[in-house]
Amino acid sequence: MTVVSAGTAEGGQELLSRSELTAKELLREVGSVLRLSEAEAALLAEVETEAPEDQTMIINMGPQHPSTHGVLRLMLELQGETVLRCKPIIGYLHTGMEKTGEALTYMQGGTNVTRMDYLSPLNNELVFSMAVEKLLGIDGDIPERAVWMRMLLSELNRMSSHLLFLATNGMDLGAVSMMLYGWREREDVLRFFQKVTGLRMNHNFIRPGGLAADLPSGWRDDVLAILEGLPSRLEEYDILMTGQPIWRERLQGVGVITAQEAIALGATGPILRSTGVAWDLRRDMPYLHYDELDFDVIVGQYGDAYDRYSIRFNEIRESMRIVYQILERMPSGDFRIQNKKVTPPPRARIDESMEALIHHFKIFTEGFKVPEGEVYVAIESPRGEIGCYIVSDGSSNPYRMHVRAPSFVNIQTMPHMMRGGLVADAVAVISSVDPVLGEVDR
Amino acid sequence: MGVVQNIVDDGLGGMDHNFVTARVEDLVKWARSRSSWGASFGLACCAIEMMGTGASHYDLSRFGMEVFRASPRQADIMIVAGRVSQKMAPVLRQVYDQMMEPKWVISMGVCASSGGMFNNYAIVQGVDQIVPVDVYAPGCPPTPETLIHAIETLHQLIEDGEIMRRRAANNGGAGVELSSELAAHTSVTIGTK
Amino acid sequence: MSDATDTVENAVETQHGCPVQDSLGQRVLHASRDQYVSVIKALADEGYEMCVDLTGVDYLEMPQRTIGFGIQPERFEVVVNLLSLSKRQRIRLRVQVPADDATLATLFDIHPGTEAHERETFDMFGIVFTGHPDMTRILMPEDWDGHPLRKDYSQGSIPVQFKGANS
Repeated sequence: MTVVSAGTAEGGQELLSRSELTAKELLREVGSVLRLSEAEAALLAEVETEAPEDQTMIINMGPQHPSTHGVLRLMLELQGETVLRCKPIIGYLHTGMEKTGEALTYMQGGTNVTRMDYLSPLNNELVFSMAVEKLLGIDGDIPERAVWMRMLLSELNRMSSHLLFLATNGMDLGAVSMMLYGWREREDVLRFFQKVTGLRMNHNFIRPGGLAADLPSGWRDDVLAILEGLPSRLEEYDILMTGQPIWRERLQGVGVITAQEAIALGATGPILRSTGVAWDLRRDMPYLHYDELDFDVIVGQYGDAYDRYSIRFNEIRESMRIVYQILERMPSGDFRIQNKKVTPPPRARIDESMEALIHHFKIFTEGFKVPEGEVYVAIESPRGEIGCYIVSDGSSNPYRMHVRAPSFVNIQTMPHMMRGGLVADAVAVISSVDPVLGEVDR
Repeated sequence: MGVVQNIVDDGLGGMDHNFVTARVEDLVKWARSRSSWGASFGLACCAIEMMGTGASHYDLSRFGMEVFRASPRQADIMIVAGRVSQKMAPVLRQVYDQMMEPKWVISMGVCASSGGMFNNYAIVQGVDQIVPVDVYAPGCPPTPETLIHAIETLHQLIEDGEIMRRRAANNGGAGVELSSELAAHTSVTIGTK
Repeated sequence: MSDATDTVENAVETQHGCPVQDSLGQRVLHASRDQYVSVIKALADEGYEMCVDLTGVDYLEMPQRTIGFGIQPERFEVVVNLLSLSKRQRIRLRVQVPADDATLATLFDIHPGTEAHERETFDMFGIVFTGHPDMTRILMPEDWDGHPLRKDYSQGSIPVQFKGANS
């Protein structure tokens, strides 16, 4: 395995010249999603041959590129500035996380899963923990406080992820000061996470059975400080971006996708909502206690990049609304289920009780055993539906751990959205899809 | 002229050392350490913390590094932020080769320094297998303070001339050569258990 | 699950010709390779518009597993998760794929969104999806040998040496 001598050519994975493609693949790269009739397909092929091969140019964007949101490589076939075909090539961040997941115990699984979508790590941990709890059969017994704490952290994570979207979207389109503003807000949320979980990112805090620790004293004031500082700042960003003619010109009508196409491609999250389909797992297939909360699902109309920007912008406001309700209703109680086989005992008890010491030892070295079975659990992450499919063979390691990453599927919408647009719009499209390559490649 | 030819051939090392040239060299090192620009090589989670370090709260601009040049030709420090997969390794080497001398590498995070928690088939176990690293910053991800400490350590090394001395002693760190035999020695037979 | 006898078989629920299993409250259909595409098509017409996930599982290390319903367990399994937006329901499909003939029909024509998933399953398990427009690797480099998520493919860990320890 000679790493250095291998070149950067990826053979069949790259955008090949038209003569080397099957008709089906050409249609896919050209961005036709739905089945066309024979006549329509022939017509499309005819239109394309207006641009003979020597007038088009295949260029490569990435994998190292400031605007590709991580190591995404895009090969574009251009005619002048217009994009004719597009093919994303991924795998530059493939970490073998699903394989690693089979070697780690269920307690350690959170550390692995959390690094997939590194912009909303708590959501990854949440879906993994929920899948494990379902396999264990304890998903109905999680204490109330743990459930509400999970919702609080999940919504704060949604806010920080969308703030980062605003920052990177702004920077990609040229509003570089938005990068600094978005990060300024995000720092407040990250500081709160550091106080609660110990880490700014990749927390490994939501674990099967509950959470790793309780909320520290004074948390209400910290959350209120975040919530009270945000609305005025969001107004500022509205003035900076939403109404501005340049912003609108660059985003409106760019990267249009229809509802039928989005559903056919499996796109979820803001992409699906921008087409007018009001699908949000928090409301339509509620998990935790989202059915007891009052919030709106933001839906777009035109399916373009501007709609996706507005949806994410307003989802920050909706998340704030949810967090206010959680603040009022947070119950007291345990932060994790009191099941000796699953959750470790409090550290003080280890000095007193031999049984507690043994349980602690077993849980952290061997891990707890999960009964045989297979389960798929999905939640709404800031990018769409994130699902975790676990097959258990009765031992303390998952037999198969698969995460259905929303960005992996959303990237398939990119060839469709980019076709016919300019190269500059390609950057806007990538930014509006908001992929996180950690979860694309896993 | 002899002096000019020496400089053309060997750069700073070609100047005969006297009081004036030593001052000039100090000036150059001082300037280099305070205005080094980073090449953006953000790969994964560490990239987010790197962006956070460049943002307003942990301002990197006060160290002269707020500009992250996308083009490696214009960059001095490559901060490898994140896990390097097998597919990405040749790209990393290519970008490193495209950078102009003098260039330095900070390996940010445990995944870049040693493979991190991912000791498996997909991740290169430390970017020092591919590029010579000057400073390692541990953490998963390193907090912005850790990254700033790493950057400042590097700046101090540049200013002292320590790095240039080390390079000269090691026959130029940039000349890392991985022959196929060497690479074969460090690889693991994959595919059989 | 017990072996399907004649009397039990009559009581087993089927949907579109596939036996239905209840897995922790989730509905799972077991389809054969021949029924696979027609069942997915029928489900799509029924209202399961979106295919959210398609992945594989390698059961090499669980040779003694049983599925019941008279289904012969094979080494590979392809698992498809479908979602109905209109009915707010999920359904799962499991198809057995033998090791010596690791092929399966593609779902690309019904659900174009499975294109990336099928490439990933091919890359990680070696299951070839016939009819797929671009059956190439997606995550590993093009010249990679082997299929990483198979159970006979090692983790690839290198032994870690600790400083000062007796190696």
